[in-house]
Order: sequence, then C-alpha cells, then structure tokens
Amino acid sequence: MLIGGRAGEGINRASAVLNRLMARLGRYVYMYYDYPSLIRGGHNFAIVRSADRPIGTHRERVDAVIALDRETVRQHASRLSPGGVLLFDSSVVRESVGVPVPLDEALDAEGAPPITRNSGMIGAFCRAAGIPWSLVETVFEREFGRHAGINLRVARRSFEMVEERIRIPRIDRRPLPVLTGNEAIALGLVRGGLDTYIAYPMTPTSSILHLLAGFASRTALSVVHPESEIAVILMALGGAYAGSRCAVGTSGGGFCLMTEGLSLSGMAEVPVVIVLGQRPGPSTGLPTYSCQTELLFARHAGQGEFPRLIAAPADASEAYVWSARALELAWRFQVPAILLADKTLCEGGYSAVIDPDLRVAAPDDRNAMMPGEPYLRYRITPDGVSPLRTVPSAGDVIKVNSYEHDESGTTTEDAEISAAMQRKRREKARTLGEALRAYETVDVSGPDTARVGVVTWGSTAGAVREAVDEQPLRLVRPIVLEPFPTEAFRAAVDGLERLIVVEQNWTGQLEQLMRLHGFGADGRVHRFDGRPFTVEEIVSRLAEVV
Amino acid sequence: MATSDLITPAPNTWCPGCGNFAIEHALKDVLTGMIDGGTPREEFVLVTGIGCHGKMADYLGINSFYAIHGRTIPVATGIALANPDLRVICCAGDGDCYGEGLEHLVFAAKRNVDITLIIHDNRVYGLTTGQYTPTSPLGFPGRSTPAGSPEYPLNPLALMVATGASFVARGYSRRLPQLRQLIRDGLSHRGLSFLEILQVCASFFNQTAYYDEHAYDLDPSEFPTRDVDRALRVAREWDYSTDSRIPLGALYRTRLPTYQEHLAAHRAGTRDPASAIRGFLDERR
Repeated sequence: MLIGGRAGEGINRASAVLNRLMARLGRYVYMYYDYPSLIRGGHNFAIVRSADRPIGTHRERVDAVIALDRETVRQHASRLSPGGVLLFDSSVVRESVGVPVPLDEALDAEGAPPITRNSGMIGAFCRAAGIPWSLVETVFEREFGRHAGINLRVARRSFEMVEERIRIPRIDRRPLPVLTGNEAIALGLVRGGLDTYIAYPMTPTSSILHLLAGFASRTALSVVHPESEIAVILMALGGAYAGSRCAVGTSGGGFCLMTEGLSLSGMAEVPVVIVLGQRPGPSTGLPTYSCQTELLFARHAGQGEFPRLIAAPADASEAYVWSARALELAWRFQVPAILLADKTLCEGGYSAVIDPDLRVAAPDDRNAMMPGEPYLRYRITPDGVSPLRTVPSAGDVIKVNSYEHDESGTTTEDAEISAAMQRKRREKARTLGEALRAYETVDVSGPDTARVGVVTWGSTAGAVREAVDEQPLRLVRPIVLEPFPTEAFRAAVDGLERLIVVEQNWTGQLEQLMRLHGFGADGRVHRFDGRPFTVEEIVSRLAEVV
Repeated sequence: MATSDLITPAPNTWCPGCGNFAIEHALKDVLTGMIDGGTPREEFVLVTGIGCHGKMADYLGINSFYAIHGRTIPVATGIALANPDLRVICCAGDGDCYGEGLEHLVFAAKRNVDITLIIHDNRVYGLTTGQYTPTSPLGFPGRSTPAGSPEYPLNPLALMVATGASFVARGYSRRLPQLRQLIRDGLSHRGLSFLEILQVCASFFNQTAYYDEHAYDLDPSEFPTRDVDRALRVAREWDYSTDSRIPLGALYRTRLPTYQEHLAAHRAGTRDPASAIRGFLDERR
C-alpha cells in the first residue's frame, strides 16, 4: 500500500503503524519512505509492502493508495493494481474515483487535532483491508503509547465509515520487528561492543545518532555531537587510543571532511568504524534520496596507501551483523572500517531477524602482556598486526604517530624503516583479506544451470533478487568490497557466460572494481535519479540487455 | 618507573636557540615533580599537532598521540572523554591551533573540556620556513606575504576568555620558573586550561629583545581574576601588533562543571548489549 500527504502530516508515523499491522499479520514487510528535504509542505509518501516471504524492495504496482491530499491521488492513483482500492480524505480531495473518507467529520466528532488525520486514514484502510479492530487497537497502543487514545478514537470513526474491499492473508507466525537500516546498524554497533558514537547530523544517517543518543541513558554508551565531521573522526581516534570502541556516521559530504582523519587512522593504526550512508551528489545533491556513488570514493579516500575494510549490507538483518563485525574487524586489525549504506537501506523498513546474542569474536590474545619486553606499539610481526594496547597501561609508554615511525612510534625518515613499515601495513591488508574468508563475503543465489549472472551490491539487491527469482538467472552480490573477495567472487561466477551489473550510479563503480580484479562485465543497468529500482524496472531492463 | 628517561633518546632537531627547548624542559620538570609526587606516569597523555612544537611527542617519554595539523584538540577531547582520569596535555602551534584548527579551540573553550592546552606561539610558521600566522603582526614580511601581512592578528587570550575557557594564562619561553608554575596550575585546574606561550623562533622571527623589553608580570594579588571584564581588559593590553607592554601570568580562572562532568551525569544503565538490544526489539514488535 502507498500512503501519501504533505510533509508534516505524519506520513512517516503512519507508515510505522502500517509496518506493525503487517508484521502482526505474520507477514514480511518492506517500507520505502520518499520525502523532500524540507520540514513542512511538499509531497511525502511511503510504500509499505508485505509478503509471505522475505522482501527487500517495493514494486511499481500497489494494492491500496491512501491519500491525505490531492497530490497523492494525482501522482500515484495510476500505480493501483487491478482490484486495488484508493482511499482518499474527501474533506480535502473533492473529486476522485475510489472510497471517500470524510475525515473532517471524524475529527469534528472527536474534537481531535489535525495531526490525527493520518490515524483517521489508517482506520479507514484497516476496515477496507479486513483488518480486525482488536489488532488496530493493539498496534496503536504500542506505537502511540499514552497518545493512543485520541488517535484510536479518530481511527474508529473512520473505520466505521467504509466497507471491507480487500483481504490481506494472515500468516500464523510470531511477528518479526520492522527496523530501518539505521536502527539495525545502531543495534549492530551496540552488539559489537560500541562505547562511543560520534556524529554530526547528516541525512541519511542522522537517525543513528538520535537512536543511540536515546540509548545512552539505558546503556553505558557515550554519544557526542561535535562541531564538524573533522572533529567527529579525530575525537573517535582519540577515544580509540584511550581504549574506547568508537564509531562515526555521515554521508558523502561529511565523509569528505573525514578523509584526513581516515588517513591518520590508516597510518597510526588506530581503528574506527565509519557508517557512510550514500545520497546523490555531487555536492549537496539530493539530500533525502538514494544512490550508490561512493564505493570508489570510500575505497580511495585519504592520502597514502593503507588497508581498510568496506562492507555493503543489503538489508537490515545484514546491516546488524556487519555493523557488529565491522567493529570487531576494525579493532582486530587496527584499521578503519567503512560500512557502506545508502538512503534506501538507512531509512527503509525491513522485517529483521536480529540475534541479540550474536557472537562477536573476543579480542585477539596476541594483545596479552609480554613480560620482560618493552611495549612497542608498532612491533613488526609476521602477519603485520601489532599487539594493541591502549592508554593507560601500567609501565608502558604508548606512542601513536601520523608521521612514518619506527616500532616504538617515534618519527623516522629512515628509508629501511619506512619500507619495513609500509610492508607491515601491506601485510596487514593481506591478513585481513584472509580473515574475511571465514565469512560469507559474496552472496549467491539462483539455479546452478544459469548462464547469465546479475551482479549488484548493497540495497539494490532487494529489487534484483526478486527480479532474478522470476528468471533463470544467478544473483552475485559482493558484501565485502575491500579487500575485494576475489576467490569467493570467482567461485560465485563460475559457469556463467555473461555478467550484467546493476547499480545506482552512471560510472559503473562496482563494474570498475570487478575489472580491477579480472572480472569483465557484458552489460549494465544503471539508475541515477535518486529513486531506488523497482522489481518491474529491473525485469524489463534486464530483458533489454540479457 | 623512573623519571630519568622522561627525555627520550630521539635526536633533537630544533634549531639552536629555539624556544621549544624551554617549553620541553618546563613540561618535563613539572611532570617529574608530579610523577615523583605519586601520579602514575601512564596517566599522562600528550597530544601534538604538526609543526616544530610537534616534536615534543618524540622527545618526551610519556604516552603520546602525534596527530595532524590543526587537529590536536579533537584528539585530546576524545581521549579525555574516553577516560576522564587521564591528564591530557595538548601541545599545539599557533598556525596549527589558531589557523587550521581554530574551530576546535573555540569549541574546547565553549565545552570547558578538562584538558591542558599549551600553545607554542612563535607567531610564524617555522617548519614550512617562515610564513605569517594568525598572530603575526600586521605588516609581517613572511614568505607568503613579502609585501607585509595584510591581516590584523588574532588575540587568542581575548578569544579564550570570551568563549568560556576557565583558565587562561600567558607565559614566555625565557621565563622558566613562571612557565613551570603556569603548566603546574594548568594541569591541576579542572576544565579547559589555556596556556599561550610566547616562544621565540630563532630562525624566522626572533622576538627575544622585544619580549624581554615589553613583558611584565601580572600582580599575583590581583590575578587570576574571575571577573571576565577585568580579564578581557588585560588580555587586550597588547594586540600582537602595536607596541605596548605584554602582561604575563594567569589572568583568568574560574571553576565551572567540565564537559566530562556534564556527560557523565547523563550516563547510566547496563553494560550488557544483548539485554539492551532485546529491549529495543520487544518495543518494536
């Protein structure tokens, strides 16, 4: 279903209610939220889709349009599937086909404020969709808490104004929570042992900051909002040096400011996790829309050569796991780790499978004390990873340095030592790549007989997976993009004759990365208007290139 | 651990006559006294920027984070937040802290974060061989301003009093006993301690004679004051450009809750991530 209205009419809240309703019907949910970068006015809409199997995208067609304003009818009525229902607030939309809901009457009867109009439309929708009133009550109480009363009364009025038109099948299953990607990332960071989250507000990752700031009162977490993204990453590195597991969040523009700190992290071997939520650029671009344009930027950002981890989860469940894992790996290998997300994932809703007890590997025992030897922060070891200690450590002097340095962390310009330290960092990159073999770094699905592979990454996988399911195609999706999982990728494309790459940019960034590792592409599907792919679009555009 | 190795064996590359030697030894003397007095050596952390001052990180045998140009303060803030028991000393240059990293200086004062800032203000870029900095006098003939700097200098003391630093002082690299005392006071002060040290650059801006002639000590019975207006008057006595007397010593000091104290007051709850996650998920069903 699609619900739309003007900004400020509570479309986001309405979609949260619809998410819960669908989840409580035992269904898998995906929610797409589309809004312009402004506080009031403008057109907002959300698509809440549910299915009897896991989904990670929306479709062009919808079975219900719920219109709080005329713009919603004008823009979206044509998306209605045959047999679908259009419900509109007949107090503001004078002429339309579909089911009128005179919301003014409902609000007047209850003396309710205009902010409850969204609840009114949901009440009408629930009746039209055959959702029992008892479930509406439960969901409103959980979503609105002590404000449930007036919202429920308005919903009840409009519930009684319409008749049942469609029926959404109920599935007998414990409801899965519907989480946005940002919520899953926040929980994953907490699971990974996060001590401090530091961020400057920037769409689409701001809600991680908000969620964790709220969390700080019930966990021992520190949440800091400093003066700029430059300060953000430098504070994180200071914190890590003093034993605090720190993560930061931003988008492309903020990440630009972080690049000197990223390079410092690489040189000083002070770990940090960076959540990079992509939005279309260049520059300010489309702040509230989506893209996949920072893969190569994330890979190359920062002066000099140093190892880093880049992982791009596709949905909330995977974002949870890889956020926790990014912290684990960043600290284990003392590297910067970038969790590459996008607006679609960050702010989209997903039925998520979250294991609160997810096992995160214990710190490496190499960090144990080595009595009798002075501690050397950059001790050269066979795998390039030095024992990590943080201040204060009794009896140790711990020196980290942005200059090239010797094993003790003292500045050097000596050619031999400089080369040895470059080799140490190179070795660490290799060690990290090997350690990643323990994880699923490339997602593969589809029949073994497939001759054509569709390669994609990140949130775009949601639409591609469904499109591929309907055809004899194989989905190949690298989750880890740096160090590139060459062996796993080779195994994934084994037996394929052609590779088509689907991504949300126009330079083909994944395709470029594949070529660098010896994998050519035979066709490509790009989109770059800030809107995510739909299943129908992928199906038809794949048909053109396959 | 003995304090005899507080100066590391790293070869010293400052120019002969550089004011950094005095600051290094003043800091070493203060640290020696505090460590001998029972403060564990590992509780001291030095953060430096990039510039001649930064070599302090190599030369002093304590924990150090040799950071990047202009970014000492956010690193020091991160350290102080992670562990409020650490004594965080932040050495920065004038180009470093007043130029590239000025935003962080203002925010450190605004937050009253509990760190000690020691600004090695030689009023010239030394390591890049002689360009004007934010505190160079108007008309300074630097290598990027051969016709003379077209900018009025910044007055860092006035800026710090105005933006909320709770301890503000000026020292001079040729007044060692006072310098030691200011560093000691800065380290014992809770909140942002801002110590601006006039430091001669022997190679590019040797102001020794000028400072010797114009500097005077503030009357310790009157300063430091808690009165912002009086402190500002003293801070403005010398504008870093026109001839006047240069006051030395602690001019402003007050006690305000620190950033760390404010943050700690907001923090509570469990260290168990699984139960926090479970609680969140239950609310979302």
